[in-house]
Amino acid sequence: MAEYKWPDADKRAYIGKRISRIDGPDKVSGRAKYSYDINRPGMLFGKILRSPYAHAKVVSIDTSVAEKMPGVKAVKIIPVPGNEIQWAGLELVAVAAETEAQAEDAVRAIKVRYEKLPHFVNEADRSKAPEAYLRPVNTRDVGEPEKAFAEAEVVVEGFYGNDVITHCCLEAHGLVTEWTDDKNVLAHPSTQGISPNGPQLAQALGLPASSVRLKMDHIGGGFGSKFPVDPWGVEMTKVSQKAGGKPVKYFLDRDAELAVAGTRPSMYSQVKIGAKKDGTITAWESDTWGSGGVGNLGPAGLPYVFGRIPNLRLKSQTIATNVGPQRAWRAPNHPQLAVITMGAVDDLAAKLGMDPLELFLKNLELTGARAVNYREELLKGAEMIEWKKNWRPRGEGAPGSTKTVKRGLGLSIHTWQGQPHNSDCDVIINPDGTTEIRIGTQDLGVGARTVLNIVVAETFGIPLDWVKVSIGDTRYPFSQASGGSTTTGGISSSSRRGSVDALNLLFEKVAPGMGTTADKLEAVGGKIQVIGDASKSMNWKEACTKLGVTPITARGKQPGQGTLASAGVGGCQMADVSVDIETGIVKMNKFVAVQDCGLIIDLKTAESQVFGAMIMGVTYALYEEKIMDDHSGRMLNGNMEFYKLAGLRDIGEFKVHMMTGPGYDDRGVIGLGEPPTNSPGAAISNAVANAIGVRVSTIPLTPDRVLTALAKKEGRG
Amino acid sequence: MHNFEYASPTTKEQAVAALGAQWGETEALAGGTDLLALLKDYVVTPKRVVNLKGIKELGGITYTAAKGLRLGALVTLEEVLDNAAVKRSYPALWQAVAGITSPQIRNMGTVGGDLCQRPRCWFYRSGFGLLPRTEDGAPMVATGDNRYHAILGNSGEAKFVNPSSLAPALAALGAKIKIFGPGGARELDADKFFVTPKSSSEREYALQPNEIVTDILVPVSVSGMKSATYEVRQKEALDWPLAAASVALTLDAAKKVKAARITLGHVAPVPWVAEEAAKSLLGKTISEDAAAAAGKLAVANAQALSRNAYKIQLASVAVKRALLQAAG
Repeated sequence: MAEYKWPDADKRAYIGKRISRIDGPDKVSGRAKYSYDINRPGMLFGKILRSPYAHAKVVSIDTSVAEKMPGVKAVKIIPVPGNEIQWAGLELVAVAAETEAQAEDAVRAIKVRYEKLPHFVNEADRSKAPEAYLRPVNTRDVGEPEKAFAEAEVVVEGFYGNDVITHCCLEAHGLVTEWTDDKNVLAHPSTQGISPNGPQLAQALGLPASSVRLKMDHIGGGFGSKFPVDPWGVEMTKVSQKAGGKPVKYFLDRDAELAVAGTRPSMYSQVKIGAKKDGTITAWESDTWGSGGVGNLGPAGLPYVFGRIPNLRLKSQTIATNVGPQRAWRAPNHPQLAVITMGAVDDLAAKLGMDPLELFLKNLELTGARAVNYREELLKGAEMIEWKKNWRPRGEGAPGSTKTVKRGLGLSIHTWQGQPHNSDCDVIINPDGTTEIRIGTQDLGVGARTVLNIVVAETFGIPLDWVKVSIGDTRYPFSQASGGSTTTGGISSSSRRGSVDALNLLFEKVAPGMGTTADKLEAVGGKIQVIGDASKSMNWKEACTKLGVTPITARGKQPGQGTLASAGVGGCQMADVSVDIETGIVKMNKFVAVQDCGLIIDLKTAESQVFGAMIMGVTYALYEEKIMDDHSGRMLNGNMEFYKLAGLRDIGEFKVHMMTGPGYDDRGVIGLGEPPTNSPGAAISNAVANAIGVRVSTIPLTPDRVLTALAKKEGRG
Repeated sequence: MHNFEYASPTTKEQAVAALGAQWGETEALAGGTDLLALLKDYVVTPKRVVNLKGIKELGGITYTAAKGLRLGALVTLEEVLDNAAVKRSYPALWQAVAGITSPQIRNMGTVGGDLCQRPRCWFYRSGFGLLPRTEDGAPMVATGDNRYHAILGNSGEAKFVNPSSLAPALAALGAKIKIFGPGGARELDADKFFVTPKSSSEREYALQPNEIVTDILVPVSVSGMKSATYEVRQKEALDWPLAAASVALTLDAAKKVKAARITLGHVAPVPWVAEEAAKSLLGKTISEDAAAAAGKLAVANAQALSRNAYKIQLASVAVKRALLQAAG
């Protein structure tokens, strides 16, 4: 039985090096085809009539005019769950027509009568929430919070909030779907889960799993919002069937994408921390609420990272709203929890007159098992941002501050699990020496193709471009959806096992001819050789000819023998900002991230992941908000003008450091996609507080909020 | 979008003949950066679109020290940005264009289109109308989320802000807008080009439905004239200003203000001329205090809506900073 482990550090040809993404040239040149780019012969265009009302019942739907309009091939009414519309933008009728314009005209010709019901869409002020929208309160005490607060030498209180934001995938949700005959469906969706979505769509259509094939080469963003097949995926496939199986292309328009394709829930909290004079935190109390739409969010998960604070009093409540529902948003809840927790801890430091870096270091044992990593990371981050040189007590202004522009520094720490998901793959060695990995995974942006390429080439000891990487097809072995930062751990493990097994099969074929046995062979530098004796070798291509006409196919699995991946990461981020106190505008000067994620397969794509998370982080810290109109119950900024995203000139200078070597590499591979998204809001909010001398309670940190906080500080508010 | 007829005239006479006599029947197309979005969202549903881009005489930038600057209505924003004479002689105008940080909009968008673009008000863009009311008759802006709406000139129904980037600068520089219609050509002062509509069927500018903008004429930049535009914009990337101010000052040899014009943008349904603030500067040198005082005067009559009190400060700061920038 082969032993499954990663090569030692001195034996790694590719693992841990900076290797460029193999599909990078396709992406930047436009050759890469996203599902949105797929056009099929005879393709129809789908459109969906969506509810203009946030809360209503459907009385009647009349599609008779639409059905007779030019170019219209199919019209299908979509069932409304419980016959009660719970948010504006809910799908009501699907249409397919020969042109997009004909489809839109048909949608606008459908007559719907509604019975309007009262709606509620803005929960930030919970006193305004109607009784029916209040979900049960969760309460929990740990230790003796009352006693601890009574004994605390210092108590600090504050309010911290995160507004609802969306995922804003640049490639909208949707698919191109068709019936290849009367029993089989082929679809090109934009999805985070090719393998699981196939059977899900089949089940929704009442088809055998084997009758649905999904393909996707590239995805333009998911961030947690593209797990399900979605009502539009199912309904448009039914519409295709009604239209004789013709391909139907349906992708959400931008306003629908922002209104219904997922939100990150809001989270607001009134927090109290008790501590000793030396900064040791002894007690935490929080009263938290938030909304993810109609559902219940459950307990909030506070305090974040500092989970071992001995005395806790926790209260949390979901407030339902008639807003498009929440979906997992890149590390669900962690960014909001970080803003609340790290903001409160930072305010404690300010009240004590302590450097927050010192206060964080002092309380690291409250973080549990990874305290030692956090210490290393905080010290590294402090070095990168020159904390000692640049930090000044809150409100004094860091060096470079002027009368109107105040500079400040802030920090945050975060965590995430990132355990490997289940994954199968086939690793193939062909008699001509070419190799291939086939795996039903997808590249959500993590560099999945590159990771697979590296693992197979590393194992076989061959150049990277001798490996063909085939992903994104339900005909390949099942690999789980990309979510929870589970992909790199999962696919690197399965591909390593499959490659090791395939190589051993090759060793068995060639060993007799080399006068040795398989267990004495290794594959290095494009050769198969006797371990420790390079004189007895055979080049890779020659070795593969020994296979005759029969390729080797080895199934790699995760989970499996040996531990190649684990879970649990930490990281810290430090922000350096300038705030114009006359306009309230926050500018990023510098932003530093230090992150661990176990054994890094590709240092370059790992760093890229962190850079991407930081851009997304600056954006949600400063700009993003799903703005809902109380009157109409509709989203007001469902466009790219007022749903604001950072541009390159808004993000400042970024620096990333990945923790590697002993204590990190030996943990195996751990996912990375989410954790670096957790701290930006907190670090930037803390930096702004440090700059201007007062907490801006809620993100995004918009000019009006900054000016309001300043006015309050000066007694004008 | 609805289907429409498409006319592509090559003379301004043909263009005017192709335009309808009622607002809404026809729309003029120049760069299309605004019109296409309005069409796609069914905010406007014209029966005919009249493409102006085939009319050669509407292009071109000319500048002479004797006559000043002429911008054809079809000149792109990028052409203005690339013009050395504009940058040298009319900093307020050049800076206003530089504030449009989308290369796509600068490359396609025209100066005439910048003046005639429709308000960015999110109620209007959501299809609730220019002077939106709820189904129950309540004014939507006053009682809704009005964080980006008007703080000046907002006592009537219209509470959107004028979206033009160039208008405040052109008004401060004393520019004239040349218009062509069935009755021939006419000229309006840049600030008189804009009006506050009283009903949803009116427009925000003084054009008749069958008139077009042909030229923008900016007078000679006299010696001692200083100008600047300052935008308060949250993002560096494409973003609409929260408030903007353009100023034009004529200074004497002792650097005292002989003449001053101040116009605010993105704070009122029209570019807002701040006469009292400008007057307060006469005979003074532009100090930090004088600029700040003028800024305060410019917003002395501002009335915040429920969510936009912060814009009063932003407008005041924009005036102060534009003055200091102009005075150098």
